[in-house]
Amino acid sequence: MTDEVLLWQALNKAMDIEMAADNSVFTMGEDVGLYGGSYRVTEGLYAKYGEWRVRDTPISEGGFTGLGVGAAMVGMRPVIEIMTINFALLALDAIINMATKIPFMSGGQFPMPLVIRVPGGVAKQLAAQHSQRLEHTLMNVPGLRIAVPSTPQDAWWQLRQAIQSNEPVIILEHELLYFSKGPLDTALEALPMHRAAVRRAGSALTLISYSRTAVLAQQAADKLAEDGIDIEVIDLRSLSPIDWQTCIDSVSKTHHLLIVEEDCGFAGAGAELAATLSERCFYELDAPVQRHTGLDLPTPYNGTLEAASIPTVSSIINAVKQIV
Amino acid sequence: MERDILKAMLKDMLLARAFEERAAYEYTQGNISGFLHLYPGEEAVAVGVLHASEPGDYVVSTYREHVHALVRGVPPGKIMAELFGRKDGCSGGMGGSMHLFDQQRRFMGGYGIVGETYPVSTGIAYAIAMRNLPEAVICFFGDGAVNQGTFHESLNMAALWNLPVLFICENNRYQIGTEIHRHSKVTEVYKRACGYKIPAEQVNGMDVIEVYKATQSALLRIREGTGPQFLEIETYRFRGHSMADPGSYRPKVEVQAFKDEDPVTVMLQDSIPEYPDAEKISAVGRDNIEHLSNHMHRENLINPQEIQNMKEQVKEIVEQAVQYAAASPEPSMDDAWSALNCNRGQEVLI
Repeated sequence: MTDEVLLWQALNKAMDIEMAADNSVFTMGEDVGLYGGSYRVTEGLYAKYGEWRVRDTPISEGGFTGLGVGAAMVGMRPVIEIMTINFALLALDAIINMATKIPFMSGGQFPMPLVIRVPGGVAKQLAAQHSQRLEHTLMNVPGLRIAVPSTPQDAWWQLRQAIQSNEPVIILEHELLYFSKGPLDTALEALPMHRAAVRRAGSALTLISYSRTAVLAQQAADKLAEDGIDIEVIDLRSLSPIDWQTCIDSVSKTHHLLIVEEDCGFAGAGAELAATLSERCFYELDAPVQRHTGLDLPTPYNGTLEAASIPTVSSIINAVKQIV
Repeated sequence: MERDILKAMLKDMLLARAFEERAAYEYTQGNISGFLHLYPGEEAVAVGVLHASEPGDYVVSTYREHVHALVRGVPPGKIMAELFGRKDGCSGGMGGSMHLFDQQRRFMGGYGIVGETYPVSTGIAYAIAMRNLPEAVICFFGDGAVNQGTFHESLNMAALWNLPVLFICENNRYQIGTEIHRHSKVTEVYKRACGYKIPAEQVNGMDVIEVYKATQSALLRIREGTGPQFLEIETYRFRGHSMADPGSYRPKVEVQAFKDEDPVTVMLQDSIPEYPDAEKISAVGRDNIEHLSNHMHRENLINPQEIQNMKEQVKEIVEQAVQYAAASPEPSMDDAWSALNCNRGQEVLI
């Protein structure tokens, strides 16, 4: 049964079904309860499940994310919403020093079924403190899974998988995708959480991306096809772990690789992709791996400059044309 | 107070002292590396608090946590093996001195980042409250940790949601080398809890009986549904911050003054028939020696031979712990990967 839904609705449905199925699932964050969540993801849940399971918090990101860690250690399944990734900087101790270290440092004694949902990315003129992408920081943390859904179907699957997982999972939700529409088939068997998706098959070049830029890349690919350039688009869906095999198989077929990401290029997610795929696909590549990324610049408030600081459909098309 | 409890506490204090002094020795022998934070001087806190708690209560501790683990019942050999970095350590050799864990005994860790014990405690307490269980969480931290943001965030949330947390400030007056008057405007730590409407009191941490009683009534209030409670327990560490610290920033007279009211000596002194005279007591400045001496004398609780036996038992326990640790193998890199991936499900990763 397939419906057309908005991405936030898919997340909302996923929360609801998991909370109904398991009463150890609870969610917590700023304005997730009575208000319904900044992006409506927890809408209706407060009325349905009550304040202990849908908890409005004070503005204490480090405190309530760490609370989620403690609760997860004793078998609860907390879903912590941090209002934006920029505020998650205040919770990095809980995420990096606690959630991912406790299972390890204890010699494997503790479960850590903690989910952290974070909106982020460049939205509409929110300025430098509300437009960051911090995937590079999080990717450098062993033991942390990072899901980056770009479609309602993936959002539905990956949030449910994250809640059911005993590992700490952070879900990076792009603020401009919450109101994007797509099919949701709740009966469809899920892909593994980390599996990359080939969104479009092609032969001229492999374009690897994730989150919102993966959506832009598909639009760019459609336009390029009109010019007779047939590229393959991979949506990673997960930044840790990365589904290398899907990437390698594609590069082995197209022999050209372009990585597109919204995050700053310097030491970003794309740098890891470029390094590993250069190592593993060296003899398959006909040209150097290229990256098309956000500028190494705090995001300007000015709309024109903001748009010029990150990849767009037309800039992706240009980047592809420079290679093939 | 019951004689059995007093004797058990005395034994644990002796064990704690002997264990820590032996750890210091093993460190000098190269059997223990890294940071080693020792507890001598503070025994009455861990012993008093944990003897007053129930096995169902959770314990969350700092990086100076060997004694909390010992008193909680983690086998001494498992702790020593962890200090040695061995496979049979209570954290499989992955944690070391600062990261002792024992899920079975609800010993929820030693944390190396100051201020982490609060959110872990409120999280466990949130789960207890959601499930309506009669348990409590005992959250240890030092005086240096009360200026961390998580302190204020967590006290607020614990009070707001009436969470069953007993906050225990082990106030040893120093954050490493910075004396409390140089790190805090308000040096009576318990007063800070008032800002969050959490009942709080100051307790003499050199007197294990006082610590025990204060903890007992605080836990009772928590179980009655009064919400979080806060004890500031005034204590002193006789050694430096860690084995790497000679503690030279502290006036000798201050160290000696506290050693004069060493909680272990205090308990021992009383049990031998020679009591400190009034002059010595007043020189120390507090009267807990007299208090405890009178109490134990009046109650005729223990005789010198029993103490001697206890000391020998403790020595043997520590010796066996060291032998257990030394005999344990090193963990392998496979053990490290298993620890990292201990929560991985069926999904095959690439």
